[in-house]
Amino acid sequence: MNWDSGLLLLILATSLLPGLVIFFLPEERVDIRTTLNMAGAVIKLVLVGVVIWGVLHGHQYETRLPLLPGGLDLVLHADAESVLFVTLSTVLWLVTTIYAIGYLEGSPHRSRFFGFFSLCVTATVGVALAGNLITFLLFYELLTLSTYPLIVHRGTEEARQAGRIYLRYTIAGGALLLVGTVWLYNVAGCVEFNHRGVLAWLDDSDREALTAIFVLLIAGLGVKAALVPLHGWLPRAMVAPAPVSALLHAVAIVKAGAFGIARVVDDVYGVEFAASLGVTGPLAVLAATTIIYGSLRALFQDNLKRRLAYSTVSQVSYIVLGIAIVGPIATIGGLVHLVHQGVMKITLFFCAGNLAETLGVHNISDMNGVGRRMPWTMAAFTIGALGMIGVPPLAGFISKWHLGLGALDAGQDWVVVILAGSSLLNAGYFLPVLYAAWFKAPPDAWPAERSYGRRETAWALLAPPVVTALLTLAVGLLASAPFSPLQWARFITTQEYAP
Amino acid sequence: MAILLPLAGVLVCFLWPRRAKPLGLVTALGVVVCVAGLGWQVVEQGAQRYAVGGWGAPLGIDLYADGLSLLMLMVTAVVGLGISVYSSGYFGRKTAAVFWPLWLFLWAALNALFLSADIFNLYVTLELLGLSAVALVALAGGADALTAAMRYLLVSLLGSLFYLLGVALLYHSFGSVDIVILAERVEPSPAVWAAVGLMSAGLLLKTAVFPLHFWLPPAHASAPAPVSAMLSALVVMASFYILLRLWLEIFPLNGAALGQLFGLLGAAAVLWGGIQALRQTRLKLLIAYSTVAQLGYLFLAFPLGTSFAWKGALYLLVSHALAKAAMFMAAGNILRFGGHDRIADLDRVAQRLPLTLTAFTLAGISSMGLPPSGGFTGKWMLLDAALYTGQWWWALTLILGGLLAAAYVFKVVGYAFTPAEVTHEASVVPARMEWTALLLALAAVLLGLFTPWPLALLDIGFPFGGGYAG
Repeated sequence: MNWDSGLLLLILATSLLPGLVIFFLPEERVDIRTTLNMAGAVIKLVLVGVVIWGVLHGHQYETRLPLLPGGLDLVLHADAESVLFVTLSTVLWLVTTIYAIGYLEGSPHRSRFFGFFSLCVTATVGVALAGNLITFLLFYELLTLSTYPLIVHRGTEEARQAGRIYLRYTIAGGALLLVGTVWLYNVAGCVEFNHRGVLAWLDDSDREALTAIFVLLIAGLGVKAALVPLHGWLPRAMVAPAPVSALLHAVAIVKAGAFGIARVVDDVYGVEFAASLGVTGPLAVLAATTIIYGSLRALFQDNLKRRLAYSTVSQVSYIVLGIAIVGPIATIGGLVHLVHQGVMKITLFFCAGNLAETLGVHNISDMNGVGRRMPWTMAAFTIGALGMIGVPPLAGFISKWHLGLGALDAGQDWVVVILAGSSLLNAGYFLPVLYAAWFKAPPDAWPAERSYGRRETAWALLAPPVVTALLTLAVGLLASAPFSPLQWARFITTQEYAP
Repeated sequence: MAILLPLAGVLVCFLWPRRAKPLGLVTALGVVVCVAGLGWQVVEQGAQRYAVGGWGAPLGIDLYADGLSLLMLMVTAVVGLGISVYSSGYFGRKTAAVFWPLWLFLWAALNALFLSADIFNLYVTLELLGLSAVALVALAGGADALTAAMRYLLVSLLGSLFYLLGVALLYHSFGSVDIVILAERVEPSPAVWAAVGLMSAGLLLKTAVFPLHFWLPPAHASAPAPVSAMLSALVVMASFYILLRLWLEIFPLNGAALGQLFGLLGAAAVLWGGIQALRQTRLKLLIAYSTVAQLGYLFLAFPLGTSFAWKGALYLLVSHALAKAAMFMAAGNILRFGGHDRIADLDRVAQRLPLTLTAFTLAGISSMGLPPSGGFTGKWMLLDAALYTGQWWWALTLILGGLLAAAYVFKVVGYAFTPAEVTHEASVVPARMEWTALLLALAAVLLGLFTPWPLALLDIGFPFGGGYAG
């Protein structure tokens, strides 16, 4: 096996192997566990750097292992789109690992937690690198299984209930996806992801079947992407520990769903072919409904993490919307939001975790004056929240700008109304939080305060949100710099819409 | 050799009961080596035929090994070795003296069955298999086990009897019991139809296909864990294997109607077994009903009938064998550790046996058919065949069955994640019992990543080449 094809396997192995070793470590070996985790994350980052360089220079990275009879292979493939997602998950994994080490200090079952945590990242990276639907499906299911233990990690009745509901949704979704995949292989033969789609050459007689398959696939993926009405598990899953919620909402699950939809529309059906089937219009409407519905529900949540969860429901659909508006600029907006939403949402969840961990604050009604007690945390939160609303020059603005522009470009003016409405709603559910945190007087005592000396909280809890908040600023301000997510999304889009 | 060695082991264990354990283990290893040797021979030189005592087919006893038999032998060897290692930790000395001869005898019967080249020999070996299995069920002692064993005995005899009647009819009509010769001579006639009916009914009863499954859960659940593992994983394979041989080689052309009937029964088994499993409150009963469901899948291959479907069903069978053995072993560990297998009170036990729980979960993943696992590969092939032949309702059954499996597996696994406090007391479950379960479950999962080799194996001797294959 040469270096190029081995590289992708190595990228998977850098989180898989530490994960497997960690399972067998005794609870008290914090040092080994931490070293393994960090080493894996850093090595993965370096390897991903190599792949980025390679892809830019037109290198082909591909690994192929026979998986099923009939020429179905397990294909790992690094193209521009997968690199985007891999980079996102690798960077955020590193940050979240640091956070999780600080967050879970001294709590039980840490070996189990970090083991599954690593498996979960392996699955996410596998989803990103999958070169055909069957490989995608394999890692997608692995993701379902490896996140379940994380969601129920606390073991309370509420957590287990959330876990059950999560499984009910995702396993049913996985089954739909499986049916869709098998059917597609039956109709179209061996299908591998390709920039221009691979189905356009099929007979007209298959169009009905293809439409049905599209519905199945999107329904299967929509469960994880939390499209309304398949979103029910997401707000409940926020009972998981904060680093898990952060990773789930920003990278792992919902993104795997959104990324899958991008793959199906762009690389299996091909954007233009999907549009000619007439399936992108309904998808766009579905996404728009989800955006508005999620925001509306978020308005009425008092629990901070629940509000953030509904905000995720809404924000992830921007990605889907961007893909479903057929047009290059909107596609850029959707893809870039994949990254931007991840960076912003992870910041917000880190901050929510910090408040809960340090002060015992879980509800927005308890957040009065919290900015004075934890200025750094709340500064990060503010950047994340403003970014979500779409205030220039933060990350969210870049995505919304492109989405709006793309919609106008594609002649779908109604989308702009949705975007404006949603931004208003975003402001409606984030600004009161910010106001309360900064301008209201703090209470005499916090619900459950822990003292960290002169610092506002442990450094491992503080550094990650600050770093991701800075990232939020950076990807917005430096959007035109080379290697920014925006430029990369443009790079992808030129491949898909090339004449 | 693969037959004689365990038989020799039986004698030795029987003669020196005090040493039964080490002797049994050595025999088990020996059998594995023999099977590996045979495997090498078959892979290198193609299907093997061996006339016992030098007498040819019509007169003497022929042994025949092609890819299909080899696959069965190998699975039996792997699971058998696992069961042997597990049992060496499970049974006390007194029971061991009885267990080992019986178990080796059962193993010998299984190997002989997979190698038989005529339908009468198949009958003999099936009968031997049944008898040793019944004795093993009774090993647990107690009223429950005895009742279950008794019922099992009756069912087993009844099944064999039906089968024997079928054999007699065929012999009477065509003057031979050799599979190859019969395949040449058989032509549609009322006698053949009656034979097919009788033999199928007998074998369906023994394979515990819905609605003839009633005897299986109590028998499998009340036996000691290693015995449950061998019953659920290996013994059920035997009758399905015979059915497959008959169907593929002797009656290749008889009608889609019967195939559809088998498919219907299979589908009913998948759903009924899944629902029943979900309703159980005892772990071993849950696993036993899951066997009913898993066996149902196999029968979905009959209406589909393409070679792809057959291979898928066999792949499912193999991964079922590995996974189910692992599951019963895991249940045995839990039972041993906590003294009960009530699912609702499982948390305190399960958290202290992480390896066992992992084994159960991995095996469960294969049963659900989630990728990557042997169960997924098999299910994928069946799904593909179902859609290919345009019979989408079987695909629906497969999916529903998978969902039910997920429901009952996670019903158990969910209990591992509770805040029940962990106390550090010494585990009384020997490490090898935990590891055997884990390794077998792992094998079931890994089977999904290394598909080409077992599938290539199946093509040796072209068991799917003739007649019905598509």
